Amino acid sequence: MAKRIDVSDLNVYYGSFKAVEGVSMTVEPRSVTAFIGPSGCGKSTFLRTLNRMHEVIPGGRVEGKVMLDDQDLYAASMDPVTVRRTVGMVFQRPNPFPTMSIYDNVAAGLRLNGVKNKKTLDGIVESSLKGANLWNEVKDRLNKPGAGLSGGQQQRLCIARAIAVQPQVLLMDEPCSALDPISTLAIEDLINELKNDYTIVIVTHNMQQAARVSDRTAFFNLKATGEPGRLVEVDDTTRIFNNPSQQATEDYISGRFG
Amino acid sequence: MSTVTESRGPADGVTPDTTPPGGKGGRDVLREMDNPHRVRAVKDVVAKVVMWFAFALAMIPLVWILTTVVAKGVHMLGSATWWTGNQRNINSDDFGGGARHAIEGTLEMVGMTTLIAVPIGIMTAVYLVEYGRGGLARAISFMVDILSGIPSIVAGLFIYAVVVTTFGLRQSGFAASLALVLLMIPVIVRSTEEMLKLVPNELREASYALGVPKWVTVVKVVLRTAFSGIITGVLLGVARVMGETAPLLILAPYTKNFQRDLFNGNFPTLPMMINQDRGDLALPAAAERMWGAALTLILLVLLLNVIGRVVAHFNAVKK
Amino acid sequence: MSTVTGVSAADELPGPDGGTPLRGDRASTGRLGDRLFGGFATFSGVLVIAIVTLIAVFLVVQAIPALTNNSENFFTSRVWAPGGEKPAFGVLEFLWTTVAASTIAMLIAVPVGVAVALFLTQYAPVWMRRPAAGLVDLLAAVPSIVYGLWGLIVFFPVWKPVQQWVEDKLGWFPLFGTAGITGGTIAFIGVVLAIMVLPIVTALSREVFDQTPATHKEGALALGATQWEMIRTAVLPFGKPGVISAAMLALGRALGETIAVTFLVSALPDGAKWTWSLFNGGETFASKIANNASEFSNPSKTGAYIAAGLVLFVLTFVVNSIARIVIERRKAFSE
Repeated sequence: MAKRIDVSDLNVYYGSFKAVEGVSMTVEPRSVTAFIGPSGCGKSTFLRTLNRMHEVIPGGRVEGKVMLDDQDLYAASMDPVTVRRTVGMVFQRPNPFPTMSIYDNVAAGLRLNGVKNKKTLDGIVESSLKGANLWNEVKDRLNKPGAGLSGGQQQRLCIARAIAVQPQVLLMDEPCSALDPISTLAIEDLINELKNDYTIVIVTHNMQQAARVSDRTAFFNLKATGEPGRLVEVDDTTRIFNNPSQQATEDYISGRFG
Repeated sequence: MSTVTESRGPADGVTPDTTPPGGKGGRDVLREMDNPHRVRAVKDVVAKVVMWFAFALAMIPLVWILTTVVAKGVHMLGSATWWTGNQRNINSDDFGGGARHAIEGTLEMVGMTTLIAVPIGIMTAVYLVEYGRGGLARAISFMVDILSGIPSIVAGLFIYAVVVTTFGLRQSGFAASLALVLLMIPVIVRSTEEMLKLVPNELREASYALGVPKWVTVVKVVLRTAFSGIITGVLLGVARVMGETAPLLILAPYTKNFQRDLFNGNFPTLPMMINQDRGDLALPAAAERMWGAALTLILLVLLLNVIGRVVAHFNAVKK
Repeated sequence: MSTVTGVSAADELPGPDGGTPLRGDRASTGRLGDRLFGGFATFSGVLVIAIVTLIAVFLVVQAIPALTNNSENFFTSRVWAPGGEKPAFGVLEFLWTTVAASTIAMLIAVPVGVAVALFLTQYAPVWMRRPAAGLVDLLAAVPSIVYGLWGLIVFFPVWKPVQQWVEDKLGWFPLFGTAGITGGTIAFIGVVLAIMVLPIVTALSREVFDQTPATHKEGALALGATQWEMIRTAVLPFGKPGVISAAMLALGRALGETIAVTFLVSALPDGAKWTWSLFNGGETFASKIANNASEFSNPSKTGAYIAAGLVLFVLTFVVNSIARIVIERRKAFSE
């Protein structure tokens, strides 16, 4: 199921403001790639361009190329809705649909896209919740509102919802920043399991987390305030954390700024 | 949802203040301070007294009105013919008859109004919140404000100018419905807009990220989440136009008979039934009829409000 | 600032390919469903613009023939004889009555309404807040014809001696001079209008006061402010735009209120002497139009009434525009 992402020379704009400049990188299938960097360095913005979610913000646009295996995500014929079905996303704050039950939340992506067959839905809901390590905790209350779960459970519910549409890639935008340490650990365990099936890209502010969960790490930085963010380097996580090739990376890793 | 609760949380790292804001603790300290503070404390008390007084003052006429209408109208509602009969062949000084024709007429006219105004109002709000940017959205928003300020008599006059003067058609219940549509649209737009703005952007993003097209997102996620609030707004709009009389004076002359055809001349409504006896207040029969109709009208409006609350309750976003 | 609401500066910028300017976000795609739904939404919005424009156009077009045949000055004459060979009509009397009664209503309803709203949100015991607010909301929904009925039958007999007393004591002052009216006077209509719009002012102000962020209030209290000072420094500034729009909405209602005024008003006989007294009678725009709805069969007369309606429309239009400008200004300040 997992696919490779190839980004070449990508610029991201909001209106006339250039938010990210000149990013080229490859994300390997069935691996976890972490984006780290100081606030405002464009890592979340860049992440959003991988499923064209930046376009829902007025004025958001890109120059450059993003390939998903052999598909160009920004080809004129490419429908952003299709892109988002292929590349799922989990957000910073858990955002289950408040009017829907746990079951309905997981089934939402399918139902809203027109899947009606009860049996299919039942099966996918169960496998997605199992995939998100949530099944055992919620199987007796699938009809209870999703908003009634704890923060960590809600975030896993959102992951289940994202994988229910069977994407190739899963983008996670600081998925643990609103969670307590125990819930964070549960999500990290889950990420480790999910990488067997998906290509995962995770933005995090927590360097220990990047070190714990990712295979490769990309460091983003700004030259100065008001300048666009850029990719400083991307490499194996162990290398980035032990022996980065750039001085800026080392400064950031060792806590000298950011 | 609310940022207020967050900022209050113990997470702020500040010892929670156990004294309620403005509670006794605060003022005791002030009393021990020097004179300028005493002046402030006096002002504080004066303000408090003024607020209580204003409240009491405002409540007098308001409670007075309600008790008057109930006291004078309630016995009419107890008679069976009130709910079944009409006013046919009943003169101003005759007792008896019913209000069914007017109740039915009011509901039918307002129903027609709602049918037309609700889709336009909701979709305008959808445009303003979900689609509109720049000049057109600003223009629409401004026009909604203007529309909400248009006096009902002017709305009636406009429809008269179109329907009767320009197209040469007769006055009718439907013409009055059209005038009410003008009054109802801004109420629905504004209340729906508020509700849509309350839907967190994260939910839209969650939906888009699942590969759901925008219009499905708006219908199934945004409107669904805001549903109960929208219903409440619609019922407010209905209540607002239900008691409107001015456009009816121009567009829908009263009839004492049953008349269910909105497109055929005179039309019975409760406000016009009240208005009918305006000149004969001295006659006990007429006065009684007016109060009965007034109470019936208030009860209908009240009933809508209650329904609105029940709907809102059952569809409330589950916490 | 949310990306969904409000207007962003990025709106007018060129799209990704440097072509047409972006309008809104691009979550909307070329799908048929999106095109239909978005199209319907746009259509509804444009329809609202069209309606308001049409109202203005229709009123103007139909008022013009009557106005050109008018042998009196439309704004400064107090004559109203729109029929016949030589129509003669002016709106001075309606203008005065409408504005005077509405001013009285606002002078009473706005301060009292704001005070009641403050009471309900800041002072009232907690158990009392919801029922009292519910009562106010209910009264905001009471049809105006009921206020008219109550004003005429119940309130007027109580008001009469009060008015008489003021006339006796302060009659030397032009506004309170004796005018010999036995029915409803401008002052009386103003008071009833105040009672009518009070729930509107209260309900809307209460809503905005309720939304004052707790951080603002706690910030003021933490500096040692008394409750009143907290209200002055936190609640009132926060609620000001809301109160202004509530007041303007109420003013709009008062200016255009028809049926209640029609119940209460005392029409003046032709050629009645001009007086500044608030204890005089006189029709408002709305009541004049409503009271003569049966005369609309005659086109030249109808034109005169439509012209009067047009003035009322312009009046409320101006009031609303001012409110809008004031609110936008305040917004610009607070952001």
